[in-house]
Order: sequence, then C-alpha cells, then structure tokens
Amino acid sequence: MSDMRELYQDVILDHHKHPRNFGRLANANRRAEGFNPLCGDRVTVYAHIDGSAIRDLSFEGSGCAICMASASVMTDSLMGKSVDEADRLFVEFHDLVTGESAQTPDLDALGKLAVFMGVREFPVRVKCATLPWHALRAALKDSEKAVTTE
Amino acid sequence: MTRITKPALDVVSIRSDFPILEQEVHGKPLVYLDNAATSQKPRPVIDAISRFYANTNANVHRGVHTLSVRSTELYEGAREKSRAFVNAAEAAEIVFVRGTTEAINLVANSFGAARVRAGDEVVISAMEHHSNIVPWQMLCQRSGAKLRVIPIDRHGEIKLDEYRKLLNERTRIVAVSHVSNSLGTVNPVDEIISLAHERGVPVLIDGAQAVPHFRVDVRALDADFYAFSGHKMFGPTGAGVLYARKSLLESLPPYQGGGDMIASVTFEKTTYNVLPHRFEAGTPDIAAVVGLGAAIDYVHALGYDAIESYENELVAYAVDALSRVPGVTLVGTPTHRVGVVSFTVEGVHPHDAGMILDHEGIAIRAGHHCTQPVMDFFEVPATNRASFAFYNTRAEVDRLVAALAKVREVFGS
Repeated sequence: MSDMRELYQDVILDHHKHPRNFGRLANANRRAEGFNPLCGDRVTVYAHIDGSAIRDLSFEGSGCAICMASASVMTDSLMGKSVDEADRLFVEFHDLVTGESAQTPDLDALGKLAVFMGVREFPVRVKCATLPWHALRAALKDSEKAVTTE
Repeated sequence: MTRITKPALDVVSIRSDFPILEQEVHGKPLVYLDNAATSQKPRPVIDAISRFYANTNANVHRGVHTLSVRSTELYEGAREKSRAFVNAAEAAEIVFVRGTTEAINLVANSFGAARVRAGDEVVISAMEHHSNIVPWQMLCQRSGAKLRVIPIDRHGEIKLDEYRKLLNERTRIVAVSHVSNSLGTVNPVDEIISLAHERGVPVLIDGAQAVPHFRVDVRALDADFYAFSGHKMFGPTGAGVLYARKSLLESLPPYQGGGDMIASVTFEKTTYNVLPHRFEAGTPDIAAVVGLGAAIDYVHALGYDAIESYENELVAYAVDALSRVPGVTLVGTPTHRVGVVSFTVEGVHPHDAGMILDHEGIAIRAGHHCTQPVMDFFEVPATNRASFAFYNTRAEVDRLVAALAKVREVFGS
C-alpha cells in the first residue's frame, strides 16, 4: 500500500475530510462550475476579485478525495494572491501532476500544493486534481460556462 | 429410477479456459469483478475468431468462391445458434447488430418512424441504462411523443402498480431491462409484457445483463423485441443480437441503407432484401459473429442450470459478506437479483475505493454505470459495483472484502 499512501498523503486526506473554504461565497463577483461527466466530479468555484487581487475564494461540490482536496488546497493557497500569480501557479500545478514538463517542479513556489505530486503516477486521476483549477481559471476569466476536463 | 443430481460447475477447470484470468495486477492475482461492463473470453471463443481470420475470412452473401461460401455458412450458422439460444421460432427473426445499444437504436428508429407520432407515449423504467433511455428521448424529440418513466422503489424494484397506471391508449411501445446493470434487479418482464399486450402494445426487453446468467426464452416471455450483446456473455465486442417477432419486423422500414440489405437497386427504385438481411446493411463484423456463436456453444456446454445454481449461491455469499463490512452500504436490495452488487463505502468516493482495490489486484467498476437517474434516485454520485460471472469464486469475494478493509485503512475511517 506504500504507493497508495504516496497518492493519498495525510494533507490530502485531511483536506478531503475537513475541506477549507467550503461553501458559497457571499460577496463573490466571479463563479464557474467544473464538471467531469465521466466520473461525476462537480466543483463550483467562487471568487471575490478586486482589481488584479484575489481577495476571497471558496468552492462547493462533490467528488473523489483528490478532487475535493485539490479544491480545498487550491483555495487556501491562492487567497490574497494576484490573478497573474494564480495563472503561474496553475501552470506549475499542471506540470506537477502531469509530470509532462522537462523542468523539475518549483516546490518552493508550489508550497502545500506539492502534496499532489503523487498524482503523476496515476494518469487517470490527473483530471480529478486539475478540475478545480480549470473552474477557477474560467471564473477568473469571468466565464459563467461550466468547464469540463473531458 | 432417475437419480436427480445437482448440476455442478468445475470452476477450476473453467478458469483455465480463460487465459486473461491467469495474470497478476500490481503483483497480485487478478480478481475480475467487472463482468457487467464486459465479460472475459474463453479460449474456444478466442480460437474461433483467430481460426476464422487464419482459414476462412471472406465477405458473406457475396461470392461463389469457396471461402465466401464457408464464411457465409459460419455466419448463418451463428444466426441459427442465436435463434436456438433465445428459442426464437425462425432464424429470420435474428438480426445481427454491434450490440444492445445498436439494437435499441434500430427499434427506436425503425419502429419509431413507422408507429410513433406526436402525442403518443413511450414507456421505459427509472432503472434503465442510458442506452435504453437516450434513443427513446431522441425519438420523442423527433416525433413529439412523450417519454413516460415507471418509478422504482427503495429496494430498486419496478413499481408495477405505477406501470399499470402509465399504460393507456396513447402507449406505443414499452422498453425495459430484464436485469438492471447497476442494481442487479431481475424485473418481472413476463408480467410487464402481458400487461402491455392486454392493450396491444409491443415490448422491447434489454437483455444485456440477463443472457450471461440465465436461460432466456423469447417465446415463453412473448417478447416482441429482445436485445443483447455478445461481449457481456463471453463473446467478442462488435456482435450482438436483436430478436424481433417476424410479423413485427416485416412491417418495419429498414434502419440503415447499403449493401446486403437490398434485393435490387436502380436510381429510380430500390427493392429491399428479405428478413433479416433487410436490417443488416454493409459488411457485418463477421469474425465477431462467429465468436458469438462459439460463446453460445461454450455457455451451452456448461449448462444454464449449473451456471444459475452456482452464481445464485456465489452472489448470495457476496451480498452477505459485503453487507457485514463496516461502513459498507448496499445500493439496491432487490428480492430477485443476479450478477451485480452495488455498494458505497462511508466517507470514501467510489473512484478512490476503485483505485485502491485495483492496487490489490481487484477490478470493479466505480461510477454511475451509465444509469445517472438511478444514482439520483438513491442520492449517491456514484457506486462501487462488483459484478460476477461463473468463473468467479468465494475466495475472490473474500479478497474483495479484505481489500475493502485496506480502503478504510488508507482513509483512516
């Protein structure tokens, strides 16, 4: 089970059981939904954007542990960051979980997000981890359309 | 005096017929419990396909040359086997299709075009696979007909009283599954059919999850259409059967146009071929049909009596064992069940459970099983589904139960 524990790290299990920033955001001025029709994971991301700053973030939805924990850690990590920083972290996170980039991941920049490194060993789960990020990007672009990772 | 002996299956010997079962997954012997998605194939089926391509391959119903004649004999031989398999009166009532989905689409299109008009009604049940929902929805959109849905109860059984109320003078067809692919419920299709027939309404039965487990007799059921896939009953993908009552089939327009379905073609007029060829446009998946014939032979050699009694005992054992696992809740508790046990694990999404089970060498299905309305009814996003065949064993059920303890261990629940 050692490789399973590499995927399901304590931080991930903790965020799955006790999701941070869960629920509708009262003062949100952006929102977007992410939906994976194949597995049924569904995440709605709410954001309060002030100029280029992300003042507040939350999410709600249901899905597997990887998806829910990813949404929880993402909202925690991006709170107070700028939209540009969020875009950069999306690229870093995407490279981290797909393992597609030739460069080694910038673990310092990723911070707590680095716990999702184990996902790269399980290609079928990449879309679980990235679904909240796709929803966030859609929200930041002020797109009301549901996004899908399929 | 005749001594009645209980038919038995030699499962050890049966398992040796299925080469795929010999492998290890993640270093553990494979436990294949995803049979409702597709079954594994025994050596005689694999060999029949391989022999066909090595020795016989030619197009059917075409040539005067020897290979074409032999290929046609094998293809039509499989049709006769399929006829006997469901006890149809004539081979002309057996239409080869890609699978159950194509069979239902054929009926929804062909019967729909001939018989379903605006204001008419089509009746399905709340436990149907998407393949027995969407073709009818599409027909209703085209025609202006209305889709009516028989509700199910908390056990996952059809509410027959509600069904009676749904039938009326506007009902044109009833389409229900023989066995639910996500709950394992065996539906009372004989009663469903006779109630529809009292009003002169034809019935399509989706038998995809039935034929792998028990004998089907379309004449005893008095079914008008009966659809099944070869690949769920130990045959290859790409070949399935639509049984259709001849009097009904004769009255229906063709589904697809092309070669083989015609008698003569000019630019002014085309005359269609006789049954069943009128419904088989283009070159079929000949090798798959030959493989389906071999699968039917294989199942017959084991015998349905033996298969049924072995599986009933095995599935009862699985239901009992799973319902004792802490945190496990069965989804669907029908009185009459075959093949399928759906369940949830408290605090663990099925995709997480399915993945941990895979690392224990156990293949189950995690998801909505193409039955989203069933998931909505039971208010779960998805379930874990263990589905069985005659080559599964009690020891494999025990492996599943032990692995579920590991799932809970990883999740600390």
